[in-house]
Amino acid sequence: MPPTIEGYWNDQRGTKVWRSVFRSGTGSSTLHRALAVQQNVFLHLASVKMRRRSLAFSATWYLGTLTLATFLILTGTGILLMLYYHPSVPQAYADMKDLQFVVSAGIFLRNLHRWSAHAMVFLVFAHMFKVFYRGAYRPPREFNWVIGVVLLLVTLFLSYTGYLLPWDQLAFWAITVGANIMSAVPVLGRKMRFLMLGGNGVNANALLRFYVLHCVILPLAAVVLIAVHFWRIRKDGGLYTGQAETDAGGSPVQVNE
Amino acid sequence: MEPKDTGEVTRRDTLIKIGLGSVAVAGCGAAAFGYQFLSPNVLYEPSPIANVGKPDRFPLDSVTPDLVAGIYVIHAPEGFYALTATCTHLGCLTAWKPDLGIIACPCHGSKFNRHGVKIDGPAPKPLAWLKVWVSDDGDLLVDRSSIVPAEQFVRV
Repeated sequence: MPPTIEGYWNDQRGTKVWRSVFRSGTGSSTLHRALAVQQNVFLHLASVKMRRRSLAFSATWYLGTLTLATFLILTGTGILLMLYYHPSVPQAYADMKDLQFVVSAGIFLRNLHRWSAHAMVFLVFAHMFKVFYRGAYRPPREFNWVIGVVLLLVTLFLSYTGYLLPWDQLAFWAITVGANIMSAVPVLGRKMRFLMLGGNGVNANALLRFYVLHCVILPLAAVVLIAVHFWRIRKDGGLYTGQAETDAGGSPVQVNE
Repeated sequence: MEPKDTGEVTRRDTLIKIGLGSVAVAGCGAAAFGYQFLSPNVLYEPSPIANVGKPDRFPLDSVTPDLVAGIYVIHAPEGFYALTATCTHLGCLTAWKPDLGIIACPCHGSKFNRHGVKIDGPAPKPLAWLKVWVSDDGDLLVDRSSIVPAEQFVRV
């Protein structure tokens, strides 16, 4: 029998090294496929089985997955942009311009970061509309909807904090206006504005605070919430397919895996 | 097996209460500490007091913007006064339009006359009048953090 790519892979998956990394074993039995998902730290958030219907494009339009894809692109390009960006008043604008005109591939990374950010906000809204109009937010998925709303807010705060970092006129006045909108909150508004900006106006402290929020605090919050959001899909009975979720006897499916 | 409810306070109950109480005290302390940490004690911001120079710089019936300080210095027949250039709507920097004789905000279209009174737009309040006085050297000083009632002119 001539060697095939599939045969090569099957040989690799039988080696001692492969078996030391992936403990689920080889073979295409249902058990091995289930173990491959269940015993992987990343994949185990998802179910080992899902309805064929939930994989169809029409079920979700893949909006949640596409949102995750933009988040991963933003994390990757954002980390690279951080290597050339100093969050200080004399340097921030010049560093942004250097990324555009001096750094190799800098303009590509900056534009990819910017367009992915726009795409992520759009996709989050599209995802929420899709979930809403299909009624997929209803019990038993109501808490995952709440996590989704918090993730929407995190996405918008990421967008807002990132807006200041180029430190140009548009950034300065957008954050000035946004911070003044915040100060309209009853009683606490002016104090919240002062704490967010770290001063009475948009200046060096505000730039640094927004940088830390944008690059550390908000992405960490997003990662934790995304993990819970995905895990809850499995715990709440899998992706919503729009079909009656009853067992063979006609009683509602119990979701308490 | 559940312990019998005899109405007695057990050692475990007491320790749980002490533990939860300690956590609550530590939580309040951490919140207070966190608030104080996030609130800067020293600000390296420009002084609110701006020196705009000698009064004879400003001809009679003139409005002079100082974009760095964010104020207008106005020499009216009744005397000198200063207005903040920060729009009372959402804090944008307004601009003096000499041909129209008005102060206009580029962000959301508020318009004010040279006394700071709103003519048009979403601004909820007139532009604030700022404290103006003459220094010992004869310079006009404006305190941007100190708002005075309107129509308070300074005669030099």
